[in-house]
Amino acid sequence: MQLHKIAIAGGLAFALSLGGALANSSKPAVSFGTPITEADVAAWDIDVQTPTGKGLPAGSGTAAQGKELFDAQCVACHGADAGGGSQYGSMVGGVGSFVTEKRRLTPGSMYPYAPILFDYIKRAMPMTAPQSLSNDEVYALTAYIYALNELVAEDAVLDAASLAAIEMPNRDGFIVDDRPDAAAVRCMDDCE
Amino acid sequence: MTDKQKTLQPISRGSPEKYTERMALEEGTIKSSSRRSFLSGAATAAAAATVASTTSALAAPLEVQPSSKSMGRTTVPTGYGMPSKYEADVTRNRTDIFVNKQNFSDWSMTPIQHQQGIVTPNGLMFERHHAGIPDIDPDTHDLVIHGMVRQPMKYSMSDLMRYPSVSRFHFMECSGNGLTDWLSVKSDTVQQTHGLLSCTQWTGVPVSWLLDEVGLEAGAKWLLFEGADGSAHARSIPLDKAMDDALLVFAAGGEMLRPENGYPLRGFMPGWEGNTSVKWLRRIKVSDQPWHLRSETARYTDPMPEGKWRQFSMEMECKSVITNPSGGMQLQGPGLYEIQGFAWSGRGKVSSVDITLDGGKSWRTADLEGPVMDRCLTRFRYRWNWDGGPAKIASRALDSTGYVQPTVAELASERAIVGFVQHHNGIFPWAVSASGEVTNAIA
Repeated sequence: MQLHKIAIAGGLAFALSLGGALANSSKPAVSFGTPITEADVAAWDIDVQTPTGKGLPAGSGTAAQGKELFDAQCVACHGADAGGGSQYGSMVGGVGSFVTEKRRLTPGSMYPYAPILFDYIKRAMPMTAPQSLSNDEVYALTAYIYALNELVAEDAVLDAASLAAIEMPNRDGFIVDDRPDAAAVRCMDDCE
Repeated sequence: MTDKQKTLQPISRGSPEKYTERMALEEGTIKSSSRRSFLSGAATAAAAATVASTTSALAAPLEVQPSSKSMGRTTVPTGYGMPSKYEADVTRNRTDIFVNKQNFSDWSMTPIQHQQGIVTPNGLMFERHHAGIPDIDPDTHDLVIHGMVRQPMKYSMSDLMRYPSVSRFHFMECSGNGLTDWLSVKSDTVQQTHGLLSCTQWTGVPVSWLLDEVGLEAGAKWLLFEGADGSAHARSIPLDKAMDDALLVFAAGGEMLRPENGYPLRGFMPGWEGNTSVKWLRRIKVSDQPWHLRSETARYTDPMPEGKWRQFSMEMECKSVITNPSGGMQLQGPGLYEIQGFAWSGRGKVSSVDITLDGGKSWRTADLEGPVMDRCLTRFRYRWNWDGGPAKIASRALDSTGYVQPTVAELASERAIVGFVQHHNGIFPWAVSASGEVTNAIA
């Protein structure tokens, strides 16, 4: 009798737990966050989308202004004329190297869209003080690096429109993930 | 046997002094990472060989151990437990294949040759940072979801932790795991060749729940996940992945995330390359297009033939490696050895693991040790009776999609292996010499 009761109780608990499993795995009908306006996200909203350049802010800069900033804040790691320094290699050249055995990756050779450089400097540079540069300063540094790569004229003024308009050499260099590619066979005996 | 090695004979694990001395001697002759039970370092092996030659002799009479005749250490009133001091050589290590000139954008590797079972201890989870490790106060940390949503929302950590949570076991692997060892031998140990790999139980909130809450606008297709570190590391994530199984993770391995693994909050993309699981997550932005960031064009892309690059290759394909015996270890003479290792797939469950002992001419099936879970490390075992001759051992994994782990040659026939090449899931052989030395045999 005692055992029978336990069996019933166990069965009931099992049924309840099954029901509970469903109820406890779906999205709860709650909301614990706080609404915020897009305007109040502005300080964090630093991303730039490409190829559109959506997110590029107002402002502008020239290569000459960029060189001044570069020589003050970047040269220690990246070297004079961005040719490679104490920490990192050259940021100039490399176009045409991808069909050789030594691919040289620089902003000029690698980025398919020019605003990628703006996005990266804005979010991560200089390494010791990221997100400290003004938008004008980021445009200026971008202009300087692309002028060194001979993608814009030395006296070019870069802003949202002119930056997004630069045609990058590696624009058509990417293919979207198409794996699995290698088709291996499960050989067990007398293989190879 | 050298004089130095002779002094190793009376090994006593109970005596810290002698042990330290022994380790110092070992480190002088072999790599410290190769110390372990039957697969031990050269010095210990030499000592063991002497023992092996006298196995018919009786063991010496036992003495009562010092630990039985004394009181142990007191219980610490408050504190975080640490591994035994005798395990001090089991550490994460930076690569020693090339020297990074700074240690902010850097990485360290898990000693998987020492891992038992499928769960990586939190202090040994591999690391990859782009601008160092921030120490973020969870009381000041917020997550914002905005962009193509009906209502942008901000969530504090206490908000997020009020939600019901889920816990799931998954591996995490860096896309760069193995990039030093494609076409020539560079690394000595499996920690260096495969240590950008860890596995644990991740706890957090499904991303889909919060996307439901903010409400997606028509046309929403991609999400930006962005970190609050000095690199503001970010990746574009397809909406399908976010709705399917992506998590906002605040805990791993039973405790809150370690700072180096994203404390207090990170994204987690099961089965995908580690850098898509953005650490120190502060922002998710909804859009209709991917961003094509530096981290998805100039980095984390795969060189392809004719100067091309493969982009958004985020799934980690099926892979396996033998961790015991592996590079830097020393077999102690012919006899039984259990070949052990890990297999995993970013596309599902591991279905089989095969072992070769002759460099790929013939294969036999290893045992998988349960639980075998979706996109999780699976342990395999195979009992090998080594005859004492040279051997070339490797594992080959298959997953639930029918994919067979390829050789490097098969991968190289599709891709361009030039420079630092990501996504190396090739079969990885180890050579065993007649003297029992185990070395990297990738080429």
